[in-house]
Amino acid sequence: MDEMIARLLELKNLKKYFPLKKGIFKGGDGYVRAVDGISFFIKEGNSFGLVGESGSGKTTVARTILRLIEPTEGEILWGGKDICKFSESGMKELRKNMQMIFQDPHSSLNPRKTVFKSVAEPLTIHEGMRGRKLREGVEELLEIVGLKREHMFRYPHELSGGQKQRVGIARALSLHPKLLILDEPTSALDVSVQAQMLNFLESLQKKMSLTYLFISHNLAVIRYACDTVAVMYLGRIIEMGETECIFSSPRHPYTKALVSAVPLPQAEQPDKIVLLEGDIPSATHIPSGCRFHTRCPEKIGAICEEDEPTTRYFSDGSQVDCHLYQ
Amino acid sequence: MEPLLEIKDLKIEFDTFEGVSHVLKGIYLTLGRGDTLGLVGETGCGKSITAKAILRLLPIPPARIVSGEILFEGEDLLKKSEEEMKKIRGRRIAMVFQDPMTFLNPLFTIEEQLVDVILAHERGDGPGLQGERLNRKRAVQKAIELLSEVKIPQPEMRIKSYPHEFSGGMRQRVLIAMALSSSPQILIADEPTTALDVTIQAQILHLIRDLVQTHGHSVLLVSHDLGVVARVCKRIAVMYAGIIVESCSTAQLFRRPYHPYTKGLLNSILTFSKREGEAQVIKGMIPDLIQPPPGCRFHPRCLEAMGVCEKEEPRIQEIEEGHWVSCHLYKSPSSPSVSSRTDFSKGGCGEISKLFFSYG
Repeated sequence: MDEMIARLLELKNLKKYFPLKKGIFKGGDGYVRAVDGISFFIKEGNSFGLVGESGSGKTTVARTILRLIEPTEGEILWGGKDICKFSESGMKELRKNMQMIFQDPHSSLNPRKTVFKSVAEPLTIHEGMRGRKLREGVEELLEIVGLKREHMFRYPHELSGGQKQRVGIARALSLHPKLLILDEPTSALDVSVQAQMLNFLESLQKKMSLTYLFISHNLAVIRYACDTVAVMYLGRIIEMGETECIFSSPRHPYTKALVSAVPLPQAEQPDKIVLLEGDIPSATHIPSGCRFHTRCPEKIGAICEEDEPTTRYFSDGSQVDCHLYQ
Repeated sequence: MEPLLEIKDLKIEFDTFEGVSHVLKGIYLTLGRGDTLGLVGETGCGKSITAKAILRLLPIPPARIVSGEILFEGEDLLKKSEEEMKKIRGRRIAMVFQDPMTFLNPLFTIEEQLVDVILAHERGDGPGLQGERLNRKRAVQKAIELLSEVKIPQPEMRIKSYPHEFSGGMRQRVLIAMALSSSPQILIADEPTTALDVTIQAQILHLIRDLVQTHGHSVLLVSHDLGVVARVCKRIAVMYAGIIVESCSTAQLFRRPYHPYTKGLLNSILTFSKREGEAQVIKGMIPDLIQPPPGCRFHPRCLEAMGVCEKEEPRIQEIEEGHWVSCHLYKSPSSPSVSSRTDFSKGGCGEISKLFFSYG
């Protein structure tokens, strides 16, 4: 592990609980424990992947990092400073440094604004650019993301999904961010365009020395694009480590099931796949002990139902929360 | 073997404000009894249109069926009246869609909806449910059996639930139960797992495969995901811009794809394996179907395009046993263009197929 590279972003025991409203029709009160104590750090220039099924809390993590929602507990360190203590104006400065790219490129662009207007907006607000300078700035950004000058005055509906995604990226890049949070950046794209988008993001990362936080449910995307991966289940990271290490020899039973569930485009299909029973439990009623025990095919016994497993660290740099490895 | 469903030269156009969109350009497809066929392609290639056309679910207008036949047990579905179609739809050919919530009524319990479907099939003068007449009580019993068949735990209890009390995977199971309620000969599944998580997707695909094995339904699975199709289907047809470019067994497709588009697609999709270098990409974009490129619709993006490709449309032909390809690369200049009209099913044109062996 190279400790020399600075930690750009670090989360320490981050929690986000959403209160359930009381009311005649609302039953009892309580909390949705969307993110339930997670810690990880991203090194500068790396690509970090958060993977998990819907409801595992990965998008909530992204939103708390940007402070679009306030964390309930824990610290978010940006270059060593806790951003939860920043004032509103401090956050405005900081948000230039971290930008988010959303899943659906169509709904994140204003249909009544041309590409030029969409990309120019952050430049006028944050940098006060106008006139010729603004136009040059927009042209430069569009060139970086591989769009032609002729696209500048088109409306979102005249662009393909991949092109729209590029407009979103151009907009995010306009303020020279250090961290890009990519929330399902390829889910809305066709299979043949996904690789193209990831290749592009990779070259962009090198060119502009960016750090990426990928959020995806698609394991193939994460494996292709990320150096480090964290697997989330019901608001916790249950396994984390170098991507190849985690996916080639997963330790946690949940990761094993995830890996075996990925449909492979090949003639020889595995005879046995680990099928999980049932669905992911509700985040309002998180199972006691290990939160995965209700679906776990490798449950040892009462210990799984009673004690929450502690994190075990391995020599290859990965970590697992599971009683099998205590 | 006589095919159960046969699509011949199906051509569909859509009238739009910009002009006529040539959505399907004369496709041929065969589904045998007990066959599992996967229809794959990217957005806008016409795979869902094909699935909907079989059940005559396309809105006409703007859709227009220009030519072709859809033969189901030898009878042309396109010539049937709406009344006759009602007896086929859902009863002999059933369909499962992508988003299960849209197809369940939120105001009624699963029991009410399932029983309605069962009784509706019963009322018609179709073959009925294994020939027995059902009253409501027996229909409820049947519904519970169906739910347990699609592996919903505690079906007697869960049947009283409303759709919102079910998760996405469970709702999809209910829809599959509904589709299977009349023991249809063909099950068409249009992106049945796209809205689901991977572990749930694995469960549903496993369920479909199991059901097909036990009951012997023929399945047409429409998906953009080659991995999903490979897990369930024995045969695969690849579509591009309204044409079927390649159709063969799953093993053949992955072992030796012939069409440049299939090759490009297989190289560009992200497989879940150790990364080795950069994934290849297919250059360019899907063509505009209002003004499709002349000749072969793939030629502007094709790495192996020749002069003939922009002038002449390739015909689909069998270049290996059971392996059909629509590409000029595998066509001899002197070959008679007979194959496009011949039978599509496996080994259906023994004599002619021998003619093409030499070009592979």
